[in-house]
Amino acid sequence: MTTSADDHTRLPARPRPEPDALSAPYWDGLRAHKLMLQRCRACGRVRHYPRPLCDHCYTFEHDWQEARGEGRVHSWTVCHHAFHPAFKQALPYALVTVDLAEAVRLQAPLRGSDPALLRVDQPVIVDFEDIDDTLTLPCVRVRA
Amino acid sequence: MAAGGLKDRAAVTGVGETAYTRETDRSQLELTLAASLAAIADAGLEPKDIDGVIPYGAGGVVAEDFITNFGLPDLRYSALTPMGGASPVAALQSAAMAVATGVANHVLIALGRGSIAGGRITSRLAAMPQMRLVGEFEMVQGCNAPAQFYAPMARRHMALYGTTVDQFAEVAMTCRRHAQRNERAMMRKPMTRDDHHASRMIAEPFRLFDCSLESAGAAAVIVSAAERAPDLQQRPVYIGGVAEGHPDSPSAITQRPDMTRFGLARAAPIAFRMAGVDHGDIDVAQIYDCFTWVVICQLEDLGFCAKGEGGAFVEGGRIGLGGELPVNTHGGLLSEAHIAGMNHIVELVRQLRGECGERQVADAEVGLVTGFGDLGDGAVAIMHR
Ligand SMILES: [Zn+2]
Repeated sequence: MTTSADDHTRLPARPRPEPDALSAPYWDGLRAHKLMLQRCRACGRVRHYPRPLCDHCYTFEHDWQEARGEGRVHSWTVCHHAFHPAFKQALPYALVTVDLAEAVRLQAPLRGSDPALLRVDQPVIVDFEDIDDTLTLPCVRVRA
Repeated sequence: MAAGGLKDRAAVTGVGETAYTRETDRSQLELTLAASLAAIADAGLEPKDIDGVIPYGAGGVVAEDFITNFGLPDLRYSALTPMGGASPVAALQSAAMAVATGVANHVLIALGRGSIAGGRITSRLAAMPQMRLVGEFEMVQGCNAPAQFYAPMARRHMALYGTTVDQFAEVAMTCRRHAQRNERAMMRKPMTRDDHHASRMIAEPFRLFDCSLESAGAAAVIVSAAERAPDLQQRPVYIGGVAEGHPDSPSAITQRPDMTRFGLARAAPIAFRMAGVDHGDIDVAQIYDCFTWVVICQLEDLGFCAKGEGGAFVEGGRIGLGGELPVNTHGGLLSEAHIAGMNHIVELVRQLRGECGERQVADAEVGLVTGFGDLGDGAVAIMHR
């Protein structure tokens, strides 16, 4: 099936993040094609998803550091049914849970290879997809 | 209060439900009230005897609705246990605490679901505060519903422990066989392993027949103080042990250190110790079954087998009627109806009263019911007649 520009304009609106002060640096980072992670300013532990408090030392103050963009497959699913109409055209698509090198996880769609070949612990790298002018999402590719 | 503090301090004295259907013209509130009236009548009580109410945390029904519609003169206790499918069993714990301490005498726990036309699962979820992180970081990339949230847990369990889709099918077929002995069940058509494997893929490894139903209907139970229970109409079913448990990273499965272990793993030892029973004492178990694999994982977390052995545990008829541990004798969420597990409590009470006719577990004296929801919260109650 081919998709014309006209079809594209009729696609249902996809759900979009509504960043707050805590998560805005993450989304801003993605737009710059950087995977940014929150890091406790006191003890240095990296945490994700963004939250106010370090659960190790109870410090609020934090920085953001760029992730290396490398990880391994923790698990995945291949979606064959769209529970939101915006994703129907993308079916089937694989969502991969990745153990990042920074010891937190990322969930992102697989690009560039057959989901049937996915294995736990398989090395992957993080890439970026510009959805439109204001939204960039991460994706992952199996490391060659 | 010591861990044994709630042992036998409360009893379920009444149960009730509406018909379970796919669509309904009745509102969620109307269904909830109807099931509540049935449970109150079953106990031999009047609506005005209810002095505690725990409505379903995820619904639009509030305690005030019961004051208004029942004319309750003296509601002394109300609470919410917003843990998704673990809410009803967690509510048993809260109700038992309320009646054991004398705060209330008869607590009504009620849960209703209106027609799915009023809001499919995805839109319901997106509005829940405990789904905030999933909403911001996962729904935006096409991870929008429980089948997709839980599939990676099942996939990893398969990869680590060799759990198979045949074992998933065993759970689905067992529930279906039980539903065939239950007039109330929505799905009573026979299901073979081939039927299961041929059902369409939803979110790997979950096929359609691994997924629970979407249903309309309501169920309710009355929890009474143990010293009042013997005076009521039905044989009391006592709460011997009850506990709730929460997993690490409760609001994001993606970030959970061990995504193959639920909050139930923390609750189960507390409930067993409180009740003073062993796994071998459990005659019948109603295990929350939003997805087939979730039953397998909970059997492990409950301690019926070691982590990773749940798949083998469900084989060979062990969880069927006549087996070592009959599970979901009503057909569960997979084949009876999805009343968020309130129907599991109702079924356990009926089994322990001996009211289940052709699906009755012979001489059922001690049973167990679990709840699971909100990305991994768990609750368990061990009950006995
Ligand atoms: Zn810290």
